[in-house]
Amino acid sequence: MRAFLENLDRRWIFLLVLIAVSTPILLKLTFPEAPSKQVRTVFSAIDDLDDGSRVLIALDYDPSSKGELEPMASAFTRQCALKKHKLYFMTLWPQGTPMVNQAIDILKNEFPDYEYGTDYVNLGYQTGGEAVIKKLASDLHGTFNVDANNEILKNIPMTQNLKNVRDMDLIVNVSAGDPGTKQWVLFISTPHNIKTVAGVTGVTAPTLYAYIPRQLSGILGAIKAAAEYEYLLIQNYPELKENPKAKEGLRRMGPQLVAHVLIIVLIIIGNIIFFTGRRQGTSV
Amino acid sequence: MKQSTLIWIVIVVLSGGFLAWRTAQTGMGRAYVEAETVIAESGETWTIEKTADAKNARSFNPTTESEAIVKLSWPRTIGVWCAAALTIAIFSFLWGDNPFYKLAEAIFVGVSAAYAMVVGFWTMIVNKLFLHLFPQFVVDNILPNLKGADGSYPDVKYLYLVPLVLGVMLLMRLAPQGGWISRWPLAFFIGATAGLRLVHYFQADFVSQIQATIIPLVVLTEQTTMENVSASIRNITLVVGVMTSLVYFFFSWEHVGVVHRISRVGIWVLMITFGASFGYTVMGRVALLAQRLEFLFDDWLWIIDPASRRLIGG
Repeated sequence: MRAFLENLDRRWIFLLVLIAVSTPILLKLTFPEAPSKQVRTVFSAIDDLDDGSRVLIALDYDPSSKGELEPMASAFTRQCALKKHKLYFMTLWPQGTPMVNQAIDILKNEFPDYEYGTDYVNLGYQTGGEAVIKKLASDLHGTFNVDANNEILKNIPMTQNLKNVRDMDLIVNVSAGDPGTKQWVLFISTPHNIKTVAGVTGVTAPTLYAYIPRQLSGILGAIKAAAEYEYLLIQNYPELKENPKAKEGLRRMGPQLVAHVLIIVLIIIGNIIFFTGRRQGTSV
Repeated sequence: MKQSTLIWIVIVVLSGGFLAWRTAQTGMGRAYVEAETVIAESGETWTIEKTADAKNARSFNPTTESEAIVKLSWPRTIGVWCAAALTIAIFSFLWGDNPFYKLAEAIFVGVSAAYAMVVGFWTMIVNKLFLHLFPQFVVDNILPNLKGADGSYPDVKYLYLVPLVLGVMLLMRLAPQGGWISRWPLAFFIGATAGLRLVHYFQADFVSQIQATIIPLVVLTEQTTMENVSASIRNITLVVGVMTSLVYFFFSWEHVGVVHRISRVGIWVLMITFGASFGYTVMGRVALLAQRLEFLFDDWLWIIDPASRRLIGG
């Protein structure tokens, strides 16, 4: 048995992972979530703002991170719209433009009263990474002279009197890397003390926790936090209960559970094989 | 014929047969759009197509009560099939390197680079550089929205000559002679970036992080005793974790005796951090796999319908 497992073709492991992830999707397995303190902090940062506050939503990710970050971006957008906040969308990633458009589609389809120019605006993509963030702190109109539809910002009601990003009540950053949350902390939230929350990928989350709570109010780390956030959002806004699109993160936790159980079992088996092999002097 | 070749032929034939049968039975993989007419202030009209639910299309569901005209979109349908084929081609790397994977990888790299280049050209070269140097030409030919209500054009900003000159100098790297000229703009970019980062990294990653570590080890607040004990343990863990990790990277003293024991604790702290990072990474990768499988089962095969967009697969 040990010899069989030691020489097992790794493609069998891939197949097991595929089955472990597919089965809950096909069986529509979901599990209740218990929102953590961190998730509640991020939720409160948006919910405690006065209705109609100005919120900058920077979606700094591309389709390769969509599976992890789209549930967060959608949840942030829905929560802000339910609170009737004024939303300013932007991205520092060239492939982030469709991600912003998908968030705006939520407003168009689920909040038809939200009007472009008075309730939300799409500043679009701007090249330059951290230099853009740095300049946003002093001059919005010099950074984004036009919106994503090539309309001059001075002609848009929401932006005509806005000087810079310091006029925002909150910055929400959904980020998959560089430029992203790290740069928003370096160039905006730390030097200008602007309240900032973030939703980030699992890979980047551990490097950003050090900024909590002084430089970042809170972080949603990976899909688990996204699912908890959706759960909290639905609890506080029951009108979302019947909206299947508001449960994207919750749906993805079924595959997570089964895949994690499988991976833990595989790690235990691997260690047993290794240690028994070492004891018998046959381990590589 | 090799046995593995035979197995592959059987798998491909069975998969193809299943897809053909399912397409005929359910119409899987089709994408529907809703046409929306937009009227500009100038009176010009055009149509925008936005994604619609298949259940609202009369061709798919004759009993639909939707008033919107929802129709099948061939470009988007082809897009769904291409996305599905490319996803499977990328997954095929798990079996081993193969031409389908290489093709999908090349398409991904090429499309990403081209997309970034085009978006960068329009947002930076046209919207910034050309607009500020040749406003009349750009407004008349490319961005008519930017004309003022009184017919005025944006002002010329000669400061934009600086990035233009630096950009041209950078391109000299491609010239057969005078490649050295490109070093000057490069030196400018490196110097500017280093200067920009130095101050902010020092403030955010050094000073602020030290501030964040200066915390009370024994928390005595008006909260409950349990909460105070919990906060104290958290603060002690944080301070001990930082100090022991720093000692591990302190090489001016030989790691023997007390220093050795403290640095061992630092290694444990680092190992726990790496373990947490690994766990997070696994979670992230499983989420990405789940999203692609959801796409295959939902948008392509119509086996599931989590967003209630159709009448089948729910």
